[in-house]
Amino acid sequence: MCLAIPGKIVEIYERDGTLMSKVDFGGVQQEVCLATTPEAQVGQYVIVHAGFALNLLSAEEAEETLRLLDELDNFNSNDDNSGVAE
Amino acid sequence: MNTSAPLDYRSAELTRKFIEQIRHITTQPWNIMEICGGQTHALLQYGIDQLLPPEITLIHGPGCPVCVTSLEAVETALQIAAQPGVIFTTFGDMLRVPGNHQDLFSTRANGADVRVVVSPMDAVGIAQAEPERQVVFFAIGFETTVPSIAASILHAKRNAIANFSILPANVLVPPAIHAILSSPENRVNGFLAAGHVCAVMGYWEYEPIAAQYHTPIVVTGFEPVDLARGIYQTVRQLEEGRCEVENAYSRAVTREGNCTAQALINQVFEPVDRQWRGIGLIPRSGLGLRETYRSFDALERFPVAAHTLVESPLCIAGQVLRGIATPHDCPAFGRECTPGSPLGAPMVSSEGACAAYYRYQRVKP
Repeated sequence: MCLAIPGKIVEIYERDGTLMSKVDFGGVQQEVCLATTPEAQVGQYVIVHAGFALNLLSAEEAEETLRLLDELDNFNSNDDNSGVAE
Repeated sequence: MNTSAPLDYRSAELTRKFIEQIRHITTQPWNIMEICGGQTHALLQYGIDQLLPPEITLIHGPGCPVCVTSLEAVETALQIAAQPGVIFTTFGDMLRVPGNHQDLFSTRANGADVRVVVSPMDAVGIAQAEPERQVVFFAIGFETTVPSIAASILHAKRNAIANFSILPANVLVPPAIHAILSSPENRVNGFLAAGHVCAVMGYWEYEPIAAQYHTPIVVTGFEPVDLARGIYQTVRQLEEGRCEVENAYSRAVTREGNCTAQALINQVFEPVDRQWRGIGLIPRSGLGLRETYRSFDALERFPVAAHTLVESPLCIAGQVLRGIATPHDCPAFGRECTPGSPLGAPMVSSEGACAAYYRYQRVKP
């Protein structure tokens, strides 16, 4: 139920006083309501659930998992080095 | 590592790296509950539960809204859907959820106009197109879904679409975590918080819970790399004796959440006590319409007779939803109870634990 899918906004417009958009999901375009993300701009990525954009996706924060993996790699190689030193 | 390449969140290699780390740091048994049914399915689909060291047990939580929607709400839905002139709209998952003797699917087969929508806004559109009919939307779902329902009601009000209403059945995650952690039968040591609920609500609400019950909570996404990372961060906290709220899904979630969405929810809804199927009454765990919007409550428009409630005597869905039994513990699993003829809601929903086990792990590993 709480499934939400990332997509890219390609068009923003208003319908009957509500902010709407066309969002591209890897080639398939769907209408998505932007009432909960009025700050969204064309070209940005949103995560979409039940026809609504829950939030904008942060490109910088998407790197966070890689940073953590890098940290673990470094931590482990230090670990291994200290093991060798002993 | 090349950090400029886009990260593949389904990468087997990156998932395995986190799993290796979990093996590396685990020294004792831990029970970790994923709240969200979407995560339950992803964990089983990608076999992450089987890659974990034997000390780590994943317990499946009550985060499948279709599963916890009370039998009373289902029976009420069936009664309203059967009334003449009504178009009853619902997410597809609810169609096969068993009531006493019927479901929405069979009610439709008996002549009711039951329609599947993917967004509550579609239901408002139907109401606009068919002004002589009453259009009711079955408002189920957690905090992820509530902003869409709130915005749809506001849209209907703004455009004077008076033939639209909702049957309120929304539920909230934090009161459910309280109920699980304060139960004497609780065996959960740490939680994966549901990423998309937190995309809306943020995770500040979980900080007092983590502190009160000395239980780490890690906000987690839905792809294999996200899930392995969330489990890793939970195990690391448990092994280090910490109980904090951490965010392992920061590309979609901030501590404050989506404040616009929260404002819409608060404008339209207020907390109410709610019955959870298989669990019972949880105080202030649901959302009801505020006075100003109560004219959109289907219960105010349609007469509903009191009903006796009959659950299958074989089904152990309640224990599964409370995390004290797995689908494999149920004698009816895969025999009397299958997705084709479900006895309980967790076998129906695409997010129910029983359906996930049936689909990905029919035989006990």
